[in-house]
Amino acid sequence: MVKIGSNGASESLIVVRDLAKTYRRGSEELHVLQGINLDVDRGDFVAFMGPSGSGKTTLLNLLGGLDVPSAGTVRADGEEISRLSGARLVRWRARHVGFIFQMYNLIPVLSAFRNVELPLLLTPLGKAERRRHVENALALVGLADRAKHRPRELSGGQQQRVAIARAIVADPTFLLCDEPTGDLDRRSADEILELLERLVDEHGKTILMVTHDPRAAERAHATLHLDKGVLAA
Amino acid sequence: MKYLPLLLGNFRRHRVRVALTLGSFAVALFLFCVLIAIRGAFNQGVEAAGADRILVVNKVSLIQPLPLAYRDRVARVPGVKDLTFAHWFGGVYQDEKNFFPQFAVDHTTWRQMYTEFRVPEEQWRALAADKAGAVVGKVTAERFGWKVGDRIPIKGAIYPGDWEFNLVGIYEGTRPQDDLSQFWFRWDYWAEKVEPDIKGYVGWYVVRVDKGHDAVTVVKTIDSAFANSPFETRTQSEAAFMASFVEQMGNIGFLMTAIGAVVFFTLILVTGNTMAMSVRERTGELAVLKTVGFRDGAVLALVLVESCLLALLGGALGIALAKAFTMSGDPTGGLFPVFFVPGWAMGLGVAVTLAVGLLAGLLPALGARRLRVIDALRTL
Repeated sequence: MVKIGSNGASESLIVVRDLAKTYRRGSEELHVLQGINLDVDRGDFVAFMGPSGSGKTTLLNLLGGLDVPSAGTVRADGEEISRLSGARLVRWRARHVGFIFQMYNLIPVLSAFRNVELPLLLTPLGKAERRRHVENALALVGLADRAKHRPRELSGGQQQRVAIARAIVADPTFLLCDEPTGDLDRRSADEILELLERLVDEHGKTILMVTHDPRAAERAHATLHLDKGVLAA
Repeated sequence: MKYLPLLLGNFRRHRVRVALTLGSFAVALFLFCVLIAIRGAFNQGVEAAGADRILVVNKVSLIQPLPLAYRDRVARVPGVKDLTFAHWFGGVYQDEKNFFPQFAVDHTTWRQMYTEFRVPEEQWRALAADKAGAVVGKVTAERFGWKVGDRIPIKGAIYPGDWEFNLVGIYEGTRPQDDLSQFWFRWDYWAEKVEPDIKGYVGWYVVRVDKGHDAVTVVKTIDSAFANSPFETRTQSEAAFMASFVEQMGNIGFLMTAIGAVVFFTLILVTGNTMAMSVRERTGELAVLKTVGFRDGAVLALVLVESCLLALLGGALGIALAKAFTMSGDPTGGLFPVFFVPGWAMGLGVAVTLAVGLLAGLLPALGARRLRVIDALRTL
């Protein structure tokens, strides 16, 4: 169950308290996020909406440990990531977060199989185990027969499904999606959204998604709105 | 090994560019190895020189002779263990382009002095039995298709006339640097056929210094014995003699180093630029790698390994081509009696290639290491 505005203790999977992010541009301070309080439980599917520049992607970056907050805390799966830095933060990110981007961000010279395998290269898994995990992930997104294809040989929707397979292959604690359907036609977008729903409903994944698309947001359990760096239901 | 597909995948990204970079490395290493082989060919005499041998030549010039009468006086100098002599002949076989060195040698002492050359016993006995006999190195024999028993006509250039020799033997070397292009025939045959006024002369003496004796003292004693005579001598070690011979052709070593330095500096610029372009193009991908958990150090290592791999592949190709090129022997038809790429040069080539790969990849790799994920993702 998603809650905003709480400021006490919480057992939720993701607990955000008084989160703020400020950028400095010359002598000017830019308050991108201010006073964010958020609780996301395991198995939640949350959509963040808001106009451009409202801080959606910045919030996602902070939740994923790609950026560090100016103030406040982010706790995920019991660990306060806002206090992690360097190699520990990278290790935490590899273990707990799967990222899905608008432009898929696949490595063009690698096959779908090798792209999905990338996060597993950092684990101690052997070749056979990696293969099993990759094949399972590709099967889950319906691309078992496209393992040897390069990204340019796949449609946009298929590329995004490969990206989703890459995001889930190491079984992360939660997924962060930044406009996952933003570059797709309606039909492909619906397929991707159905896939994300299945990941939540059938596999118990937790997903936090940034989107401009109200139809994408409808699929989520909860839609939160960001405006000028402030979160509202 | 598990990162190999990622590295090789990058090579497939811009095949023409990768091929050109590989090609530039291959050409540079080919050039490097062939230059070393040429340098070795020029320095062959120095490298092959016997450590205990000294040469006695006319002080005025190498082309001025020394009296045969000096033989016994040199032999009596304390510390002289063995003594032989030779004379430069300088004849032409069929065409002036067919150059190979020809020496009239004292066949009774020559073989004991140059033990690095192997001549079968019966062939050397045949030389002793045949005044017009000759022994030739394997390289020259193969070059002209000569066999033992052949009659070799040589037109005299310094000593006019048509000279005919019976090929009685073919010698081989025991080391890669041994010159297998020489043609030896008997000095007494030469002396018999030349004008009477030059019969009693030799080109130079070769002396082996006895162990336990100081070569410097032997050199001084020989030169002082003939000081103020009509034929003063200049005595020096065989290596020093060969080195001074090489110096006449200019400073080959400096030339090699200068060319090599320019080639490798250019190579660093070319490869560095290629790697920098490659990393710039992949900023987003490198950010994705970092996003999924690749540490800064791992990304740095990936870029460096890629650069080194590219360098090594190109370098190995160049070394292999140089090896193949030099295996077919002297490309000049006689100027380089010894022409090969030594093992140390190949090792040095690989080491230098690796160093260039590291240097060229270092700046782009550091850039990749410093890359901030959110900045890079924003540009996608």
